[in-house]
Amino acid sequence: MPFAFDLPAIFAFIIAFAIFAYVVMDGFDLGIGILFSAIPAGRERDSAMNSIAPVWDGNETWLVLGGGGLLAAFPLAYSMILSALYAPIIAMLLALVFRGVAFEFRWRDPGHRPFWDFAFNLGSVVATLAQGITLGALLQGIVIRDRGYAGGWFDWLTPFSLLVGVSLVCGYALLGATWLIMKSEGPLQERCYRLALRLGIAVIVAMAAVSAWTPFLRDAYWLRWFAWPQVLFTAQVPLLVVIVSAVFFFSLRRRHHYTPFLMALGLFTLGLAGLGISLYPYVVPPAVSIWDAAAPNVSLKFMLPGVLVMVPIILAYTGYSYWVFRGKTGHEGYH
Amino acid sequence: MFEAFDAVVLARAQFAFTVSFHFIFPSFSIGLASYLAVLEGLWLWTGRQIYLDLFKYWLKIFALAFGMGVVSGIVMAYQFGTNWAAFSDKAGPVIGPLMAYEVLTAFFLEAGFLGVMLFGMNRVGRTLHFVATLAVAVGTFISAFWILSANSWMQTPAGFAVNAGGQFVPVDWLALIFNPSFPYRLVHTVFGAYLTTALVVGAVGAWHLLRAKSAEGGGNDGARVMFSMAMGMITVVAPLQILAGDQQGLNTLEHQPVKVMAMEGHFESYNSGAPLVLFGWPDQKAGITRYAVDIPKGSSLILKHSLDAPLAGLDSVDRSEWPPVAIVFWAFRVMVGMGMLMLALAAFSLLARMRHRLYDWPLLHRFAVAMGPAGFVAVIAGWVTTEVGRQPYTVHGLLRTADSASRLDAPAVAASLLAFIVVYFVVFGAGVFYILKLMSQPPHRGEQGPERGQPVRAAGLTPSPAVAESLATGREA
Repeated sequence: MPFAFDLPAIFAFIIAFAIFAYVVMDGFDLGIGILFSAIPAGRERDSAMNSIAPVWDGNETWLVLGGGGLLAAFPLAYSMILSALYAPIIAMLLALVFRGVAFEFRWRDPGHRPFWDFAFNLGSVVATLAQGITLGALLQGIVIRDRGYAGGWFDWLTPFSLLVGVSLVCGYALLGATWLIMKSEGPLQERCYRLALRLGIAVIVAMAAVSAWTPFLRDAYWLRWFAWPQVLFTAQVPLLVVIVSAVFFFSLRRRHHYTPFLMALGLFTLGLAGLGISLYPYVVPPAVSIWDAAAPNVSLKFMLPGVLVMVPIILAYTGYSYWVFRGKTGHEGYH
Repeated sequence: MFEAFDAVVLARAQFAFTVSFHFIFPSFSIGLASYLAVLEGLWLWTGRQIYLDLFKYWLKIFALAFGMGVVSGIVMAYQFGTNWAAFSDKAGPVIGPLMAYEVLTAFFLEAGFLGVMLFGMNRVGRTLHFVATLAVAVGTFISAFWILSANSWMQTPAGFAVNAGGQFVPVDWLALIFNPSFPYRLVHTVFGAYLTTALVVGAVGAWHLLRAKSAEGGGNDGARVMFSMAMGMITVVAPLQILAGDQQGLNTLEHQPVKVMAMEGHFESYNSGAPLVLFGWPDQKAGITRYAVDIPKGSSLILKHSLDAPLAGLDSVDRSEWPPVAIVFWAFRVMVGMGMLMLALAAFSLLARMRHRLYDWPLLHRFAVAMGPAGFVAVIAGWVTTEVGRQPYTVHGLLRTADSASRLDAPAVAASLLAFIVVYFVVFGAGVFYILKLMSQPPHRGEQGPERGQPVRAAGLTPSPAVAESLATGREA
């Protein structure tokens, strides 16, 4: 390699970071949408909505960075994945349209608020399900010929991809419930403690099921997880999941405000770490590695300074925006 | 049932539909973000309540338009991959970094400060709030810069090489970003966004001036101020836009002459002085423009600044290089026609202003109301001209549209196109209705912003400055 740095590996890390940021941030606001039917209309729903209204747009921008970044850094992977998973991707985009406009529309049209609330709820569920199915289908592997997709149109629809889809719905709902524990008080908070307990159990069961299934999808995954000596390293992931789960349930019982959300984030971090362990260095399994799919070095070199300068700045003002809207929301205005 | 359609044609229809719908919102919000920054700046500078009222009035509309722009924009970021996989693979190394820079430098800036701009007035204080408004306005510009650079590169590619895999590989980033048509397109598009916004603001102002008149209300100060500002903007920008359009036309003649041939309806070449075809029906099959009404030597005068200059026609290139001529020809005329009407409105309003009749000339107000949607029509027609005029290529002269698409079956694309049409008409139809409903209300004194039920006091460990701030503003109001 003529370059001192392995640019494709660096960009694989950057894209993974964008996906992580997206899942963490849009996860809780999609989660609130998923839980919307379990939150009674009126004050509680309005509070839930107000807690994410100022930040959802920034959260969703990470999805655009994920897509734009993938196109820029791994154009081949971008073109293969999106055309192979045409149906779930289009479903996700349309669902995001519905839920995104509901933020403003429900306030502009009280007569049709139940309709836009339903759109917000269903849009969030479908978008999340589609993201999970996309992930599951990617893990299964994608059939490729001549730099293009060569599989069937329903290859993405399998029991495994559906399991990942449902798991992600539970996961985002957990993030949403714990976010609301942090941001609300009174009956809404109490409701979210109860929801978080049930969702926490569901998420851990789902994680166990997906983790148990994944190594059987491909030998490569099996070896990756269980070959000696790296099993010493990979075994830390389930171990940490056990610890984080224990803290999570303990903090729920003690009615902590912040810990449940942090532990839910911890579970997601570990889930993504597990995903990284399974996939790396493949971006479109089974055949396309990050080096096969990477854009020419000249493209990556042009972007690297931009990413290194801009991402910390973005994180700083995103943090500022969260800081401005800190504290419990949406209570006083309704008295 | 969809097998009769060609998958590539369907994919093009889907892209055209989704991008046209999408661009309606940014073409409005680019200008509106700047207008909001001006209004808030004027409020901070003069302390006059009316600017704050207008700011809050338009902020509610901005919130709706911006939200729709965001969700329809996410669709665009993914559609390159879903429907144009071969294009993404080949042009990704060039287009991708430009779009990544757009996200990094513009989208996050807009989205990060939008929340503060919409809901944060009582939480951060005036100066910081103004900074947020400016950040959003600047973000819309940076966004236009990158995406128009990417689009212009597809029109006039520069600064690249082609590698063994058939991918376009950047060689000279400066040449690539500032490719030959980019500066012209940037100016033309930004002026277009300004005009679009000014026409909408002017129409709303004029509507309320007319209504106040019929209700004997004596006129609404807010309506007067917005009408005056909008007409001033149009008076300055409309003539500049026509100049910018002319310059872009000359640039297109230099780099994409076939597009200009289609715009002009010139199937045949002229050795001495080409006519300016005003109207007619381009018949692509027959290769002639039927029923043409033309001005002799007019086209040579405009394009070459000489009556007798020769001008090549579509007969000088192979038919496989022709874009769909009738669409380009007519879209171009719609755009130019709208531009001429805008110029007429500019002149009319200038006359009214000089005669001190800006607020009591109902004919002018009716004209301004009728011109409310003209900016959108012109913008879409202009994009149709330039995008359809680039056909049959996605990357002009280098990558054919037919070779750019994903390997999708026609039924899959037809189904998604249908879904997009249904969803967009329901969702954005409702959104436009809500915007019109907001516009039908005149601006009030003490206008409410988009905040609703946002707490004025944070119950966190550190109290936010909201309490002191709301007390201070309450005292001044």
